[in-house]
Amino acid sequence: MAVAIHIQNLTKKFNDLVAVDNISFDIEQGEIFGLLGPNGAGKTTTLSMLSTMLRPTSGSATINGIDIEHDEDGVRKSIGIVFQDQSLDEELTAWENMDFHGRLYRIPADIRKQRIDELLKLVELEDRKNDIVKTFSGGMRRRLEIARGLLHHPSVLFLDEPTLGLDPQTRNHLWVYIATLAREKGITIILTTHYMDEADRLCNRIAIIDRGKIIALDTPKNLKDGIGGDVVTIKSPDPEAIVGALSEPWITRVERHHDEVNISLQNAEHHISTIVTLLNTRKIPIDSIAIHKPTLEDVFLSFTGKTIREEEADNKANMRMYQRMVRH
Amino acid sequence: MDIIYTIWLRNMKRYIRSKSRIIGSISMPLFFLLFLGFGLNSVVQLPGLGGNYIVFLIPGMVAMSVLFTSVFSGIQIIWDKQFGFLKETLVAPVSRLEIMLGQTLGGATTAVLQGFMILFLSVFIGLRISSLTGFLIAFGFMVLIGISFTAFGIAIASRMEDMTGFQLIMNFVVFPLFGLSGALFPISSLPEWIAPLTLLDPLTYGVEGIRYGLTGVSQVNPLVCFLVIGGFALVMSVLGAFLFRKIKL
Repeated sequence: MAVAIHIQNLTKKFNDLVAVDNISFDIEQGEIFGLLGPNGAGKTTTLSMLSTMLRPTSGSATINGIDIEHDEDGVRKSIGIVFQDQSLDEELTAWENMDFHGRLYRIPADIRKQRIDELLKLVELEDRKNDIVKTFSGGMRRRLEIARGLLHHPSVLFLDEPTLGLDPQTRNHLWVYIATLAREKGITIILTTHYMDEADRLCNRIAIIDRGKIIALDTPKNLKDGIGGDVVTIKSPDPEAIVGALSEPWITRVERHHDEVNISLQNAEHHISTIVTLLNTRKIPIDSIAIHKPTLEDVFLSFTGKTIREEEADNKANMRMYQRMVRH
Repeated sequence: MDIIYTIWLRNMKRYIRSKSRIIGSISMPLFFLLFLGFGLNSVVQLPGLGGNYIVFLIPGMVAMSVLFTSVFSGIQIIWDKQFGFLKETLVAPVSRLEIMLGQTLGGATTAVLQGFMILFLSVFIGLRISSLTGFLIAFGFMVLIGISFTAFGIAIASRMEDMTGFQLIMNFVVFPLFGLSGALFPISSLPEWIAPLTLLDPLTYGVEGIRYGLTGVSQVNPLVCFLVIGGFALVMSVLGAFLFRKIKL
């Protein structure tokens, strides 16, 4: 497989804040690659650098062999981008938004018209094409933006939080589109998300990013397998005691997280009664017990010691503190 | 060229659709014209300037209409910034100069169209355009005012975060420029110590130029008017292009 995107030691600093910290990886052609992490982890900053909107502090990256710093226009021609925040002209119709984009990318008139109709059909907006975007729902806008991003036939498509703020049904719908696009058109797709299920379902490979660093990079399956089987979560007033009590050979990992203990093991269904008996004989109280197959949330927790939600809260607090510092 | 046209085209489409904005921005100069014109026509004596205050006021109100519309058109970049549309334009493989020029021409065109509406309505309250040449001269000055102040608006918008500063700019920059320009009164009637200020105001030369075209009389030589407002348009365009290049999202 040919390399579509090559990133080497890419770093972005805003004054003292290191938003992206020396990341390196390759993305192959035709791959759906996910950047997964909490808000404020550096996903959008990475995307901004790759799309030439932001200059890296150090390091380099190429897209289809084109350097992002030396040939901005070359990169811009070969990428499509759907921003996290909406970027449509609400006063124009769907068709006019597409037409504006086509003209900006200098697509000849006849090809432009043909492609616009094709793409509006693809995202099922053809019967609304002459309506002003202001009247569109969130999902329709998102679909229009994706169609627009594809108009100039980019070989790489960036999707920044493509389903943020959408209802579950629309999200499912969009996932199907994105998967079809990658499969049928052979486009390389890089998407950022902080939804674990989205990354899990869509991506061939995932880079988990936290505080500007890549902390894990693999297929969703390998990442989850790395947890070591199923996960048993026990809630208890005395979690330390549980950690101390469990040392059976079939347990691969025991981690405490606040008042919960996560135990990784194969075939949890068989061993659960043994665990309960063990804890009972030691008179360790149990509030609740749950078994689930490992998710990317467990992967994130095992790498960072925090859930993605907690990390987001931390990032927000850091951001606020940082802003206060800058202001004074 | 096609990129400039694309940006211009978008401005036109938005303009035609914003009926309330069209009506809103002709209402102010129109009311000025009616209230001040009819209210002061019999009181004000204008020796050497045709004697009729309404006819004197018309070029000023045309200029006012062009001025306010163009500043507003330029400052609209802030909306594009806030609503995210600017990103779509900036990430395309086009130069920022092309975007800025398209925006300037789009803003200038809407401003001149707004000026024409006042001009057209003025025909019903006593304006007599004597010759085609005069009309074309007035048109030329309207275009130059439009370009100057759209570019001025873009320059301001490139440095502003949101619309909160807009009112400040309007009250402390645009309105004084308008007030000092001789749109409302002959500049010769001002006290001696204010007169130099008037001559420092670039809009004065735009207003006088339009007045020369429409009524055949002006207090400043029309060639001087053309050189000053033409030069100002150029300087503003360069400044606007420079600041727009550095715009941050």
